Amino acid sequence: MLAWTIYISFCAVFVLLLLPNRMVRTARSVALLSAIAAFAVTLAAFWQHRSGELQTITRVPWVASLGLEYHLAADGISLTLLLLTGIVAIAGVLFSWNITHRVSEFFAFYLALIGGVYGVFLSFDLLLLFIFYEIAIIPKYFLIAIWGSTRREYAAMKLALYSFIGSAMVLIGLIAAYVASGARTMDLSQLAQFPFTVHFQMWVFPLVFVGFAILAGMWPFHTWAPTGHVAAPTAASMLLAGVVMKLGAYGCLRVAMALFPRGLDAWGFHLLGFGSWRDVFALMAVIGIVYGALVALVQKDFKFVIGYSSVSHMGFVLLGLMTLQQIGIDGAVLQMFSHGILAGLLFAVVGRMVYDRTHTRELAQLQTMQLSKVLPFAAATFVIASMASIGLPGFSGFVAELQVLIGTWHAYPRFTLLAGLGIVIGIAYTWRVMQVVFFGEPATNQPANVAPLPPITMPERIGTTLLVATSVLIGLYPQLLLRIIVPALHSPLFDGLWKGSQQ
Amino acid sequence: MTPFPYAELFSLLVPQIILVLTALAVLAADAFFLRAADTPVRIKSGVVLSLIGCTLTIARTLHTPLQANLLDGMIVLNPLVQQIQIVLLLLTMLTVLLFVSSSFTQHVSEYLALILLATVSMMFLVSTQNLLLIFLALEMLSLSLYILTAFNKSSGQSAEAALKYFLFGGTSAAFLLFGFSLLYGFSNSTNLTHIASTIHGSSLDPLLIVAIVMVIVGLGFKVAAVPFHFWAPDVYQGAPAPSAAFIASGSKVAAFYVLYQVMVIGLAGAEGGATWHTYAPGWVPVLAIVAVLSMVLGNLVAIRQTSVRRLLAYSAMAHAGYMLIGILAHSEQSLPALLYYAITYAVTVLGAFGVVALVEANTGGDTLAHFAGLSRRAPIASFCMFIFLLSLAGIPPLAGFFGKFYLFSAALSTPAPTLGLIWLVVLAVAMSAVSLFYYLRVLKAIYVTDPPADAAPIRTPFVHNLVFGLIAASLVLLGCTPNLLLHWLRHAVDLVASR
Amino acid sequence: MNLTPSISSLTVVPLVGALAVLALGSNRKLARGIALAFAFLALIFTLLLWHRFNPASGTLQLEEIHAWIPVLGVQYHVGADGLSLLMLLLSTLVVPMSMAASWNIQEKPSLYFALILLLEAGLIGTFTALNFFHWFLFWELSLIPAFFLIRLWGGSQRATAATQFFLYTMVGSVTLLLSFLALFLYTGIFDFITLGELARSGHLLQSLATAPHGTAATADRFALLICLGALLGFAVKVPIVPFHTWLPATYAEAPTGTTMLLTGTMSKMGLYGLIRILLPIFYLQMRSMRTPLLWLAVATIVLSAYAALVQKDLKRIFAYSSINHLGYCLLGIFSILKFTGDDPAMLSEKAAALSGVFLQMFNHGLTAATLFWFVALLEKRSGGLRGLNDFGGLRKVATVFAGLMGMALFSSLGLPGLNGFIGEFLIFKGVFPLAGWAASLSTLGLLLTAIFLLGLIQRVFAGPLNPSFAHMPDLTTAERLSLFPPLALMVALGIYPQLVLGVINSTVLHLVQQLR
Repeated sequence: MLAWTIYISFCAVFVLLLLPNRMVRTARSVALLSAIAAFAVTLAAFWQHRSGELQTITRVPWVASLGLEYHLAADGISLTLLLLTGIVAIAGVLFSWNITHRVSEFFAFYLALIGGVYGVFLSFDLLLLFIFYEIAIIPKYFLIAIWGSTRREYAAMKLALYSFIGSAMVLIGLIAAYVASGARTMDLSQLAQFPFTVHFQMWVFPLVFVGFAILAGMWPFHTWAPTGHVAAPTAASMLLAGVVMKLGAYGCLRVAMALFPRGLDAWGFHLLGFGSWRDVFALMAVIGIVYGALVALVQKDFKFVIGYSSVSHMGFVLLGLMTLQQIGIDGAVLQMFSHGILAGLLFAVVGRMVYDRTHTRELAQLQTMQLSKVLPFAAATFVIASMASIGLPGFSGFVAELQVLIGTWHAYPRFTLLAGLGIVIGIAYTWRVMQVVFFGEPATNQPANVAPLPPITMPERIGTTLLVATSVLIGLYPQLLLRIIVPALHSPLFDGLWKGSQQ
Repeated sequence: MTPFPYAELFSLLVPQIILVLTALAVLAADAFFLRAADTPVRIKSGVVLSLIGCTLTIARTLHTPLQANLLDGMIVLNPLVQQIQIVLLLLTMLTVLLFVSSSFTQHVSEYLALILLATVSMMFLVSTQNLLLIFLALEMLSLSLYILTAFNKSSGQSAEAALKYFLFGGTSAAFLLFGFSLLYGFSNSTNLTHIASTIHGSSLDPLLIVAIVMVIVGLGFKVAAVPFHFWAPDVYQGAPAPSAAFIASGSKVAAFYVLYQVMVIGLAGAEGGATWHTYAPGWVPVLAIVAVLSMVLGNLVAIRQTSVRRLLAYSAMAHAGYMLIGILAHSEQSLPALLYYAITYAVTVLGAFGVVALVEANTGGDTLAHFAGLSRRAPIASFCMFIFLLSLAGIPPLAGFFGKFYLFSAALSTPAPTLGLIWLVVLAVAMSAVSLFYYLRVLKAIYVTDPPADAAPIRTPFVHNLVFGLIAASLVLLGCTPNLLLHWLRHAVDLVASR
Repeated sequence: MNLTPSISSLTVVPLVGALAVLALGSNRKLARGIALAFAFLALIFTLLLWHRFNPASGTLQLEEIHAWIPVLGVQYHVGADGLSLLMLLLSTLVVPMSMAASWNIQEKPSLYFALILLLEAGLIGTFTALNFFHWFLFWELSLIPAFFLIRLWGGSQRATAATQFFLYTMVGSVTLLLSFLALFLYTGIFDFITLGELARSGHLLQSLATAPHGTAATADRFALLICLGALLGFAVKVPIVPFHTWLPATYAEAPTGTTMLLTGTMSKMGLYGLIRILLPIFYLQMRSMRTPLLWLAVATIVLSAYAALVQKDLKRIFAYSSINHLGYCLLGIFSILKFTGDDPAMLSEKAAALSGVFLQMFNHGLTAATLFWFVALLEKRSGGLRGLNDFGGLRKVATVFAGLMGMALFSSLGLPGLNGFIGEFLIFKGVFPLAGWAASLSTLGLLLTAIFLLGLIQRVFAGPLNPSFAHMPDLTTAERLSLFPPLALMVALGIYPQLVLGVINSTVLHLVQQLR
């Protein structure tokens, strides 16, 4: 049944492509309905799926001569991310309600992206996964290049090339694994059982991991992320930060780490203090956390702050993965979900509620607008979102980052302090931008230029409520997701990972 | 000595004969019955005749599956060859269809007849394992293509391109002939399998090395591999669109098949090695160098192009580079992979030239600026171009992606899965990432840039939309279910191998 | 919603109230009406809990335990003993008072009252949670509404004050969080009660010794570090000198209704944390720091009293006086760290000191909130003036006002017969045998307090009448009525402290037994 998430999205794409351009309302409704339908399907599966273990959905031969299969399956990790995709997709449509330029095309690209994302999370044949992964690249380019703002063409091209280079690295790794195993199969669980030589894993693992991690915004390959997020239209930034970056992290876990667990082993020698790829990537993740936060602290553009904060928060995901601790990886998956929701919310405030109304993102200009009075709803939303984002207990981010930190403590005690530092800087930049944008005081005795702005619309309110409620729900009762994530991590797929980590 | 088997020869060559007759019929109809008619009518009737001829040829080929080796490899027919012939005929038909709304020439029937004759020579080219016949067919093909390139008499570019093409072609033919003579002198035979049987031992005769290089120079010219590519940008830019499309598609497929035959069958035993640690002299390292040059230069230079035709020319070199990997891998898997890639590439580039022709006809040029806002002026053609270019870039789920995947995995699994050619594959994949940049530039012009203020919607001829739609649909279909084509190719290759 | 009074339902009441105010409070009257109704509902719930509570037992009662996040060892674990109950009563009492003091707020009333209710939920949660995870959740939950109350409705310097308040408490929270994370990393336990048991059995130090390169010696040092981190969190909240600098500005700039909450209830969060969390878990570490801690307590008492003496702003005076009064609580708490073995005499002194601390916490909450309320009333009449020297001779024009506020001031001064006396008396009674030097030094604080409070009475109420206040209206009937309950309670407790002591007695004994 879950496969319908993919089919619904792509069917909607075709409907939208055939729709005449002037039927704006129909286009919106089609997009919204398909997003809701896909989410409903996911939700239904979520309720039925009690254990979180791997369940096959469809498995038919596809290119029999090459041993490729059309193999869709879902476990707890996939389900978590599918839920995330569904929620962010609905919210994204709601926050794009004001798009008037080439509407049906916009939603067609949008849903193509969503369909690709659903596909990645459901694929258990590696080539199929890769195909969906690449399908998601092209719509991103057009969403940004056509409907974006600041330097949109540059940002779109940068994003597309980074993604494509990353996926090229992944492709090489996948082909190498396919050939080296000689098993003529691309089935994830079968390949995961194949004992690749340590030497082979040692070079393929970093290739594939970095390939995916580029999309997850790993430092120093993160530079596409801020520019891309900034240039993208609201819904696209929500998807980019909310879901697409998770594709990368998901790939790191599901493909790189599951297939080549020995690639994480020690090299047997030390180079610049690093003893394994794991050390290298953990350090990069930590640098990403701190660096992203520091850069966010000095930005002048509202959206760049959020863009860099995404880099910082995704650092936690990668760090969690590199801990190789049960709790750290749990945390990483939960953080993917949490950050997806929160980044979506933050970008919705920045892009839709503020920028679409004030037409500026310069902090200096926003400071004089007294937005907390003019747009109280936006201010309240942003306050809640930033509280959640700095990891206040009661919101989803807290439990997730806490787990990552605990995992890190066991694996890399020193990095825990650095990551903690990142959190503290995170408080600082969030605080700063909140103060400046929403609670800024107009210059002394100048009559504040409180221009009346269009009021917050109903779709925006609904979207906000959806995202906030999700974050609070997961923050208060993370067990809802953890109960399916934890068993998924104990499936045979990740056996190699745990075996490796015990050495 | 057995008597010369005329009857058998005749029966084997019925397809070629039908095609030649069609060419004559086209000429005759135009000369006798349509003298007074308008050009469009003449074009349409000529096209219809050619299509009928091609269809008949395909029908005949399909109907009589043959397994023959006549006159010691002079005519070799097997399911694989027949399939390639069918593909070539289909490509010809698509080219002919693209000609429908052209207006660059009054000499309609001559143009069509030349295309058909070129097709005949390609069919000969793929159905022989004899050096002499290969050379003859190649020359005949080249001559037709020179003329097709020069066909737009009103355009200086066209003439210049044809001259360049001719000069380079002549030189390369000389190289090829020299190489072939050396091979003949070396082996005392013009049959590829016989030549192969005379090559043994690990050390190669210096003469043989010279021959290999000469042959690669000659055939490298045909497939437009760097550094034998100088004619390509000019020809792609200057030739009339259907000619360029034909050069880029049909002749590419045929040339690659011949290159494969000469190298893998004719020079079996002289492969050498180009894997990372085990270099050995032979044709593989030479081809590897050519492949690397083609991929790097083609992709990097394409970035700087503003003319879409020249861009396609450089991208053609890049794709030639990828396909060369398929040849130098010469494994059991690599022939179907190569053919899959070549066929899907040919179809795609044909469609792309069709769209370029459409744009040129309506905006008067083929630079990126002329493509601006095309998606709002001709949505269907734009969407098809979207698919073509993404397929060329290797984006799934289009045929181009699967072609690359299959080609690279075939290259790596040679001979045992030692991943020896991984360096080439890494380079190829990296370069295809670069290629996305310039394909996206074209798509950006089409989809993102706003059309000029005075732009009216472009009226696309129905036939063109049909051709584009067919090609686009087949690319999606072949990408999603590659087995449709792959099944046939592998089956045929297996049959040939098991014989 | 489960409406039988339990701790959970009590916590939910203000939360629901906040949502209801936001959703329904379209105008001011409606908003404050709904808010007050929910505040009273919470008070009633507390009284019902009080009724259910068995005062004879000093252990935790009314416990609720549910699995929550097994991966993190987090349970939903709430419970209350006498101390918690007392604090619940105080919170639910002060909240309606604060609402009454903000009755006529003009700007965004629905948001204002919703934030107050949220704050109340945070308070209730903090005073009942027994698992670090959701205890911290509520601890932070109370911080945010407080910040916005100051930031949006405060005085002219509100931006700086709010930021200062937030930064100080946030830093404290972070160190607190880090400390408990460190504990969790070694023990895997977030539950306060279990951690306390571990500490008593000595397993806590053993677990800490399992750190990389850890030995028994490093474990000691590490435990001390963790303890200090947690202490900082509470110290900022109380506050203990020298972490108090955020307080005067915050109290002065906050809208008076909020100041009442800050001083009446939020400062008790710090003390509560010290007693409930820090002492049981880090008893050994705290004891090793006993002398410096006592010095800090003395400094808090004396320095703040002196600072109050030189202030000219009524709110700032009361702010420092508030620090001063909490200093006595600190003195009492730190004095019982003295190791006395099983000597029953000393144990009873400890019990006296601790009882005094509990009483003082409650009384100070009541009195300080009332005092700030009076300042609010005065400000309303003076048009925002609240300087010490702006007034004069008010008792001539506003007799009732002067009389009632004088009563509250004397309660704050510790006049026998009013509630302030008994708490301070018990503290000093207990501390003198336990830490005589500290107690003696602290009497200096008592003296200074007397001076500045009497000086205040003199300058504001006595002396020549300031002509600009010649027509100042006295208290209205509504104001008198609403002021009546807290004042009555002050008198009642002064005369009959058993009202509170009865509930806390067994709790105190239990705690003293634990902390030997």
